Amino acid sequence: MSTIIWLSMFLFLLGSFLMFLAGLGLLRLPDVFLRMSAATKASTLGAGFILLAAALYFEDLGTTSRAIATIFFLLLTAPVAAHRIARAAYFDGVHLWQDTIRDDLKGHYDQRTHELESDPCEDFPADDCEEGVSLVIST
Amino acid sequence: MNWDFLLFWVILPLIILGLIFVFIRLLKGPSLPSRVIALDMMSVLGIGIIVIYAVVTDQPVFIDVASVLALVSFLGTVAFAEYVERRLS
Repeated sequence: MSTIIWLSMFLFLLGSFLMFLAGLGLLRLPDVFLRMSAATKASTLGAGFILLAAALYFEDLGTTSRAIATIFFLLLTAPVAAHRIARAAYFDGVHLWQDTIRDDLKGHYDQRTHELESDPCEDFPADDCEEGVSLVIST
Repeated sequence: MNWDFLLFWVILPLIILGLIFVFIRLLKGPSLPSRVIALDMMSVLGIGIIVIYAVVTDQPVFIDVASVLALVSFLGTVAFAEYVERRLS
């Protein structure tokens, strides 16, 4: 009984610290995409820890199942939302960080139709690479 | 042992501090996608605050509110992303 409450309080502390770190990262990181990594990963993990701690604290079947459903939903939707915003931000032409080494998507997006087009022979020249084959990923 | 002290004076202020940082980013964010990310993250921090409130008041019903907030904020974020992407063309 008491051990479970200690564990629950530890998880609360860990989750709130992760949320604090996510806020700090969102404020301090230099780039939209770097900020997105902090906001998506750290805050989702923090919310998951806090919900798990609440499930341990209440010790009730209904509460536990609802908390686990919420965690599952957060883990399912956070990457989708982050991907949509990242895509929109890339089309919006946000400035990358000045120390960015390479931009793999540069020139591969059609700015008018929003289609991703890539040539596999360009980046990884292999022996069995057919000329003129290009991959079009439609939206 | 009194757990409300820990919840009120350590755990909740950490989340509130993160919320203040996110709000600063929302106010001064140089581009629109950065503001959308800040709004999305504010809703996730709101989920944490609601769950801690549920534990402090000993009312497990508030977990449902957190679940609904997660659902609605996902829809809002996807709608904002669609809007940002469509604004250009």
